[in-house]
Amino acid sequence: MIRSELIQRIADENPHLYQRDVERIVGTVFEEIVAAMERGDRVELRGFGAFSVKKRDGRTGRNPRTGEAVEVDEKHVPFFKTGKLLRDRLNGKD
Amino acid sequence: MSDKTLTRMDLSEAVFREVGLSRNESAQLVESVLKHMSDALVRGESVKISSFGTFSVREKSARMGRNPKTGEEVPIHPRRVLTFRPSHLMKDRVASGNKR
Repeated sequence: MIRSELIQRIADENPHLYQRDVERIVGTVFEEIVAAMERGDRVELRGFGAFSVKKRDGRTGRNPRTGEAVEVDEKHVPFFKTGKLLRDRLNGKD
Repeated sequence: MSDKTLTRMDLSEAVFREVGLSRNESAQLVESVLKHMSDALVRGESVKISSFGTFSVREKSARMGRNPKTGEEVPIHPRRVLTFRPSHLMKDRVASGNKR
């Protein structure tokens, strides 16, 4: 399923809404999640999962082609942990 | 880092502000976004959201595990797990937003 199919399903269920409003609704949900993580916040959606930011320490890496040592700075990466309900549903426990 | 935790409430509040539906309907729509994504994943489909990321379902085969406390061997049954791969855009925004 891609973004446009998700929008279409929600539009089909809500014939009273304009298509462009459904697009904005779906866009807002994803934008809020990214904006929260950009600030370093967590987003916890019970039953679905939680988005958080993890810190990766700086390290000395190596250029795999030349073998040359390079300093890799500390950085922050997005992380998702599946919620219990969804994990159970994926395994047929409803 | 502000270390706050957002919930469904914050997402529906954002939809309420952005789109101008009632708070109640905004909450229902947020729920239905999550429900349609979950249902697709349970059917075994990947969910690919441009400029956000991709959720995909992976099949894990059975293996022998060990209870770390007792050392006892326990079979781990085959199962399906969900993985999330963030888009480049999300990675870049999270990295630059959290720089000291």
